[in-house]
Amino acid sequence: MLTLTSPVETWAHRLPAGAKLGALTATTVLLFALKSPLALAAAATLVAAIIATGGHSFARASLAMLRPLLPFIVIVALWHLITRAPGEGAAIVLRMLAAVAAANFVTMTTRLADMIATLQRAARPLARLGLNPRTFALAIALTIRFIPVMLKRMTTLRHAWRARSPRRPGWRILMPATLAALDDAENTAEALRARGGTG
Amino acid sequence: MEKNLTHIALFAALIAVLGLVPKIDLASGVPITAQSLGIMLCGTVLGARNGAAAVLLFLFLTLCGLPLLAGGRGGFGLLASPTIGYLIGFPVAAFVAGAITTHLRANIGLASTIGAFLGGLVLLNGFGVVGMSVMLDKTLPEAALLAAPYMIGDTIKAVLAGLITQTIAAARPAALLSRR
Repeated sequence: MLTLTSPVETWAHRLPAGAKLGALTATTVLLFALKSPLALAAAATLVAAIIATGGHSFARASLAMLRPLLPFIVIVALWHLITRAPGEGAAIVLRMLAAVAAANFVTMTTRLADMIATLQRAARPLARLGLNPRTFALAIALTIRFIPVMLKRMTTLRHAWRARSPRRPGWRILMPATLAALDDAENTAEALRARGGTG
Repeated sequence: MEKNLTHIALFAALIAVLGLVPKIDLASGVPITAQSLGIMLCGTVLGARNGAAAVLLFLFLTLCGLPLLAGGRGGFGLLASPTIGYLIGFPVAAFVAGAITTHLRANIGLASTIGAFLGGLVLLNGFGVVGMSVMLDKTLPEAALLAAPYMIGDTIKAVLAGLITQTIAAARPAALLSRR
């Protein structure tokens, strides 16, 4: 399965994940503290400049990851043009773009394994609340392993449906899909117990 | 112990898969992604605690950088985007849907439909609207206007969650952790 980490190696790939997350937190707090559209425009330009250091194709990929924000930008822009408060509208859009782009930059320059390891370390105090780190790690591995397995089975279910019906497979294939997930869980639990359990 | 663990992990994977499969066209032609249906099912099938845990595991992997959210989204950018309210609401929705399915003294189909409706539609959209209102600096009614079109699909998903949970109760009564 593909991750969101950029295959284009940038200087930021070599920084430790914890440092990047710390810097991101500080950046985000600062962005939400700024109110003036001019200051936010400067901040957004700075974020764009940092992303541009990754090169052409890295910057294009960053831009593509901002696409889901487009409907919100259009709505906010229209709204603030109608209410004649373009300054406030610009501030909202610039803050959103800068904060999301900065966060995406951290995601794109950190390998999945590093990110999981760093966040697992950060979650260690939760052990007192009953979150066993080893069980947590096993759950993560199981989920990642079973996503492609389940995707493949979804495709099989669709093919089986199409072989029998002229209509397109609708919500009905969700039933066998959910049942199969339950059966997988049951069988995997059995297999874990047979190998000495999670203890 | 192993059973809770594998159910949590497998249902976290199920939420991801339901967001990745092509959109399902309903009879009316309204395309919906089944991801929030997966959130509801976590609650109604696994119960409050395990359901919420499955959703949290799914969110953890998504934030770590796997593009598992519907539309192939993932990473820390989600925390700064206007839809953050929905992410915060996901585990709460699953918890409430599970608690209602477990404790409401009604047949399983009805109890899980009500649970999915209150948790996955009312509460989840409540969180979503507050999130959009904060992030886009709009009043609550204005933000609610943005969420309104999706509630039709959510109502259908709540009914589907009830139907699927009832089917599971009939086919695998022992596997329904929410009613044990």
